[in-house]
Amino acid sequence: MKRNLPLVFAFVVGLVVFLSEFIPHNPFGQITETLENWFMIVSSFAILLGQISLVRANVTRVAERSHNWQYYLAGLVSFTLMVAVGLLWGMEQTPGIFGQGEKIAAFISAKPFDYIFEFSYIPLASTMFALLAFYIASAAYRAFIIRNFESNLLMITAVIVILGRTSFATALTGWVPASLKLLHLPELTDFIMQYPNTAAQRAIMISAALGVIGSSLRIILGIERSYLGGGK
Amino acid sequence: MKSLALVILALLICLSLAATTATQEWFKVEDAPWDDGSAVILSWQLSSRRDSLRLQKADSTGVYIDLLNEFSASGSFKESDLVHGTKYRYRLLAYSKDRSDSLALVATAVPAQQWFYMGKLSQLIILLLICAAILFYIISARRGKELFIRRISGLDSMEEAVGRATEKGKPILFIPGISDLGDIQTIAALNILNHLAFRAAEYDTALIVPCRYSMVLSAARETVKEAYLRAGRPDAYREERVFYVTDDQFGFVAGVDGIMVREQPAANFFLGAFWAESLILTETGFGTGAIQTAGTGQPHQIPFFVVSCDYTLIGEELYAASAYLSRDPQQLGSLKGHDFGKLLIIILVLVGVVMEMTQQGWFRQFLIGGY
Repeated sequence: MKRNLPLVFAFVVGLVVFLSEFIPHNPFGQITETLENWFMIVSSFAILLGQISLVRANVTRVAERSHNWQYYLAGLVSFTLMVAVGLLWGMEQTPGIFGQGEKIAAFISAKPFDYIFEFSYIPLASTMFALLAFYIASAAYRAFIIRNFESNLLMITAVIVILGRTSFATALTGWVPASLKLLHLPELTDFIMQYPNTAAQRAIMISAALGVIGSSLRIILGIERSYLGGGK
Repeated sequence: MKSLALVILALLICLSLAATTATQEWFKVEDAPWDDGSAVILSWQLSSRRDSLRLQKADSTGVYIDLLNEFSASGSFKESDLVHGTKYRYRLLAYSKDRSDSLALVATAVPAQQWFYMGKLSQLIILLLICAAILFYIISARRGKELFIRRISGLDSMEEAVGRATEKGKPILFIPGISDLGDIQTIAALNILNHLAFRAAEYDTALIVPCRYSMVLSAARETVKEAYLRAGRPDAYREERVFYVTDDQFGFVAGVDGIMVREQPAANFFLGAFWAESLILTETGFGTGAIQTAGTGQPHQIPFFVVSCDYTLIGEELYAASAYLSRDPQQLGSLKGHDFGKLLIIILVLVGVVMEMTQQGWFRQFLIGGY
């Protein structure tokens, strides 16, 4: 029963959602939206589960003085600080236990929560994102090392696209007569991006869509049960 | 003489009728067919004397608000986001070129829900064909028919990765994507996690699963726990190794990068939905020297994975992974159904090319949802 009930739910809900995709009339038309709302509600309650997990994992490591316990302590302190200032003075227009915190806001030009968010969190998140530029460079360096025919082709294409996206490209191939317009680097870049690149991406998307159909069907029919734990 | 007079009279009547028809002006509003009752179609025809028009809709207080202020002698306009069963009133105002004459036509409509999206007929047919093929191969596999499934090296590497982690005495890191449980890619990742956790339990290797969402955390814990139970090693299951990090995208990346640098896992698995963080994660993993397997249904992230990982599951392979790893004939049968889907798509593409070259527009119209 414990195993069969989720399978029955998966079957019924899967079938209803499938039908609602093709039947716009009530009640089918509203079912998907209703289920999405339910998901949001369940998800909201589950946030608490995540917070408990976070606190427990960090407290345990700090208490056990496990390796690098200082990082877990920093995580705990940050978490507690944000929760505390959010509860006490609120955020943006929402008041906290102590109201809007006008005095503090006048002193630091924003509510404590918003201040920490804007001047600590956003720079940190931007820093993480900025790392991408360096990682792209290192990954591209490895990808463009010429080892065989494919990597040679990849490098030539990459050079064309990189150059084609700069203003330098026009100066470089501007002398090519208009009758050979396709050989202009910007034109060649657009061609590569529009046709071979789009074709390859669509092939992946179609293949993924087929995978989604197969996977969904296996779940709806109860053949695929791994996500419930256990194999068959 | 009399017959000539009759002919002339008939000709005159015809000409006058034709002239009347040419100058006939009309405006109508109809419910958009085969939809969810959220749209109406406004159409009109004006005489050549007109040179401007305004299309207006009455709001709840009866005040008319402009919808369209662009002239065309005849045309149509689809208004969406309406509520089915509600009466809507529209007005068309048209003016003559010399402003000596104007016209105001009013029409009403009540959008209604239909029982079928006719625009999705082609989708339904294709979907039913693919589902029928999958079911056919599942039934064939149940009856014991041998099915050939091509090798997926990214999945065959799982044993190698677990073995390597065991030899080095280091943990395995598994990221089930950064999407929530509502994403089928996350479900596919959890299915693979089940098999990986089973192997990890057998080899007694630590498995670390950081999660971005609480719902995924809950499902991942259940999946790993069940796998350890199935492997007969419930004592080896450590709940704290499947944990929540943060909902924030780059906060999660920072957390996972920290784990990779500190714990130095011997094998990293990045399976599920990934966006801008994909390369940050895999390059950090590459830097630690871990054997890396990645897979996603996001076409834009695949090049990043190909460059920085040892094995990459592309598109469909992510969804096929669980069936492939389970070696369950029924699930393998469903993979054979995917091949039929690919064949069907190839045929449709080829037929589409021929149809477009021969200017048979109905085929494209049918596929994109026109009827």
